[in-house]
Amino acid sequence: MNRLNIELPGLSLKNPIMPASGCFGFGREFSHLYDLSSLGAIMIKATTEEPRYGNATPRVAETPAGMLNAIGLQNPGLEKVIANELDWLKQFDVPIIANVAGSQTEDYVQVAKEISKADNVHALELNISCPNVKTGGIAFGTVPETAKELTKRVKEVSDVPVYVKLSPNVTNIVEMAKAVEDGGADGLTMINTLIGMRIDLKTARPILSNRTGGLSGPAVKPVAVRMVYEVSQNTNLPIIGMGGISSVEDIIEFYFAGADAVAVGTANFVNPFICPELIEQLDQYLEAHNVDHISELKGRSWK
Amino acid sequence: MIQKELMTVTNQTEIAHNIYEMTLQGTLVDQMNEPGQFVHLKAGEEMIPLLRRPISIARIEQEKQEFTMIYRAEGTGTKALAKKRTGDFVDVLGPLGHGFPVEEAQPGQTALLIGGGIGVPPLYELSRRLNANGVKTIHVLGFQNKEAAFYTEQFISLGDTYVSTVDGSLGEQGFVTDIVNNHGLKADIFYSCGPTVMLKAVEQLHAAPSGYISLEERMGCGIGACFACVCHPKEDESGTAYLKVCSDGPVFLAGEVAL
Repeated sequence: MNRLNIELPGLSLKNPIMPASGCFGFGREFSHLYDLSSLGAIMIKATTEEPRYGNATPRVAETPAGMLNAIGLQNPGLEKVIANELDWLKQFDVPIIANVAGSQTEDYVQVAKEISKADNVHALELNISCPNVKTGGIAFGTVPETAKELTKRVKEVSDVPVYVKLSPNVTNIVEMAKAVEDGGADGLTMINTLIGMRIDLKTARPILSNRTGGLSGPAVKPVAVRMVYEVSQNTNLPIIGMGGISSVEDIIEFYFAGADAVAVGTANFVNPFICPELIEQLDQYLEAHNVDHISELKGRSWK
Repeated sequence: MIQKELMTVTNQTEIAHNIYEMTLQGTLVDQMNEPGQFVHLKAGEEMIPLLRRPISIARIEQEKQEFTMIYRAEGTGTKALAKKRTGDFVDVLGPLGHGFPVEEAQPGQTALLIGGGIGVPPLYELSRRLNANGVKTIHVLGFQNKEAAFYTEQFISLGDTYVSTVDGSLGEQGFVTDIVNNHGLKADIFYSCGPTVMLKAVEQLHAAPSGYISLEERMGCGIGACFACVCHPKEDESGTAYLKVCSDGPVFLAGEVAL
């Protein structure tokens, strides 16, 4: 019996578990460890029009039950991502969700237009929530009207459904979700990282060269669960939930909050085998708890 | 092939101030065949600290399915590791990265091995392999002081060994580069591991026609996925080229990386 398959706009998922963007590169490193076709989908690393080196090191700093990162959208650029990375990923039977980033509206539009034409890209994830770049990123994700407008522009050119990745660094997450829904978004992915900082006790200076970074890992999970709980009750969009997931219990919690699928981020850095392990364990959990299908769990916390 | 295994502690000894020698046993050792590679460790399932700790491999004993590592107990991760006793388990991911190319030194040639502090351990397995291949090794080991020094006897048993300490409490006072200069040490090839400032100075020594350096860097995943430990290659016209210390390195050809 298949308890795990999920249908979402553009995505027929074998199971609802996928690695989150920025925590999985383009999959090459993990392909040496397990068969990528076992994954529900892959959210590839953010792609910008031009290649980017990203920020200077140190780019990561550990925090209690979490980590700060300020990579700065390092990627080889649109052309190489399509020619090298997406082409290489074709050997696997797995839908790709392409994370699209840029400095200005035109960048997003250009990347979305081109990358959505790739055969294995089944959906886009609009990155309006990266906290680690000077322009673009989160600048588009904190003002509802701006987010709506960008979503609209990207929807006009994309060949595949568009999911918008929401930032938790806002006063009212529901307002943001509704804005992108009005803009024509097909789904939501949430949450991106929370902006944070660590200061070196010896130098009295921020540890990260970017000074601030995005907090992820188990520490942010309660924030993510709360936001999925609120947004799922106030929009009709499907939600791919993420934020600190590292166990089957965490996945169940996100489902109860209102998620339709989940993404695993930082946990891939702690245990690179986590995704296939969770897929197997989730099936066992549902069987043990007499759940016929994972979708039955959605929104139980508020239904 | 990278594996993840709960390995068994068969020895844990404090061999210098806050410096521990730990031996672990498990099938993962079958995958180890290059000195200079590292393992990525977690003491347990705790969430503080969340991430693994990269530690270099100091000795591989394939027949016993054991490897030894030497680490400094400094932060929460390594301090938790230092509490482990014989029979306890450690979560090990590895072996990771590209190690020192042993075969670059021909039998009969001389190799100069220069290590600083916690960069010394990987040179031990390297020296064992070089000597097994008939390569003569000269070791230059630098430490902060006498209390922080370790493995000098082990290196002496493998070849000429010079020790320097910053305060002069053991061996000669000064840096490893002072020893190479003062003794006019020359070799056919050099191998080095230590802090970046030391590696930079070692590259400028010209004690051998070519050599390899192993970089230390703050790491996230250790397998090349998180882009935390990138560095710039020396030759880079585009400005966006990069190398990952964890998966392209940690060992690089001297001169390859902009230090």
